[in-house]
Amino acid sequence: MPFGLLKYGLSDNYPFEIEADLPAPCELKPRYDVVIIGGGGHGVATAYYLAKYHGITNVAVLEKGYLGGGNTARNTAVIRSNYLTPEGVKFYSASVKLYEDLSNEFDFNIMYSQRGQLTLAHTDATVRAFRQRAEVNKHFGGRTELIDPCDIAELVPTLNLNPANLPVLAGLWHKDGATARHDAVAWGYAKGATQRGAELHQLTEVTDVVVSKGRVTGVKTTRGNVEAGVVIQAVAGHSAPMARKAGFELPLVAYPLQAMVTLPVKPFLNPLVSSSALHCYVQQTSRGEIVIGGGSDPYPLYNSRASLPLKESLISSAVEMFPFLSEMRLLRQWAGITDMTTDYSPIMGLSPIKNYYIDAGWGTWGFKATPICGKTMAELVASGGKVPELIQPFELARFDRFKQVNEMGATAASH
Amino acid sequence: MKIMNCPLNGPRNISEFVYGGQVKAMPDVNSVSDEAWANYVFYEQNDIGIVLEWWLHSPSSYWFIAERHNASDEIIRTYPADELFKERIDFTASEADA
Repeated sequence: MPFGLLKYGLSDNYPFEIEADLPAPCELKPRYDVVIIGGGGHGVATAYYLAKYHGITNVAVLEKGYLGGGNTARNTAVIRSNYLTPEGVKFYSASVKLYEDLSNEFDFNIMYSQRGQLTLAHTDATVRAFRQRAEVNKHFGGRTELIDPCDIAELVPTLNLNPANLPVLAGLWHKDGATARHDAVAWGYAKGATQRGAELHQLTEVTDVVVSKGRVTGVKTTRGNVEAGVVIQAVAGHSAPMARKAGFELPLVAYPLQAMVTLPVKPFLNPLVSSSALHCYVQQTSRGEIVIGGGSDPYPLYNSRASLPLKESLISSAVEMFPFLSEMRLLRQWAGITDMTTDYSPIMGLSPIKNYYIDAGWGTWGFKATPICGKTMAELVASGGKVPELIQPFELARFDRFKQVNEMGATAASH
Repeated sequence: MKIMNCPLNGPRNISEFVYGGQVKAMPDVNSVSDEAWANYVFYEQNDIGIVLEWWLHSPSSYWFIAERHNASDEIIRTYPADELFKERIDFTASEADA
């Protein structure tokens, strides 16, 4: 309707104000009840649940870059709970349950898509480990089962069942496995948190943490100093250097994790597929791109550069699994810095400083934990330092007491 | 291709090498406390800067030490382990272990 359009264009109501998802930037207040360092998924989720369930809204989330621009945007958006330890399964299952209803809760589409996740076993030892994982999962209410190659062929007809001469013996089929738009998760939480009164300050880097007499009193930022009642750090790859600013050490090692994505094609791959022996996982996004990810780099580095040997090995594994991928063109590649613990479980809860809480050690399993992590960290703050039962096993002090939670189900390269 | 200079074999592709963890001083196993031992096992220098590391040239099974910047990935120097470890360490079991 050209005339209608012209009339509309000339009317006083145009251009109209679109309601912004996030409020405009504002000055930092001199004091907040809670300061959250890191504006990724975990940080804004914590702010959201603090406001929603505990009425704590004098909260600032300080982010050195932009909202969800770190590992929240760099992960491969896998949501699953088929872990090995009872502690891990309980924790990640609670996260999956929250994810299922998140779009409704936000009134914002995170494009949650529960397609199931399939992990391939190529050795008898892996089959045994998968059987254990399936049973632990079922026990805690997850939907996970061991399936044979016939079922796998039916589920993923395009899959090569003898990749790199490593015949597929069985698969761990996790029906709760899902994917979502990772940016939207951060946006949804940020929108919900800021609408309830929390503040998100982007381009605000925390340069130092002020501690006196065993208590944190505030933080120094590139935009001035802020006093704080409680400080939470949720900074993923840079967790150890941040903790050092607060004056304590974390048992973490930072490794780059590289991934890549192809140009989009028609949908052909519904489940998320990973191979335990090839150290590779492949999934198709809702846009049709093929995401290829795998294991971390072979040595530690605080750098998200790309390296040819890792790209080569990832691509060769992906092509072994889905041979026709060799015809596809890569769209882009990237890396994130993962803060790995020796037991593949996170470090959550109390720190040596009384009112400084940590949310670290998220290695390669942070995105899927975003909702439950925000919820439990908010509980921890609201209760004045009483650690919720769900995250008690992940305390920092476990390393001093040799009480690790050995989570070998944490990586695509599961044993 | 990233090159590492092996003290025994000269410059080689980094894919021939295996990272072996940081060089740390081991506490005396017979007198160490549990906490100090946990600290030795689980904690290492993880701020950004130059780190001292064990590396293995896999084809020749040769262990050596490298100084590397853990953000720029620049390998500053590689040298044989006997530059740091002058004496042989003999392990003797404590009475409790025997």
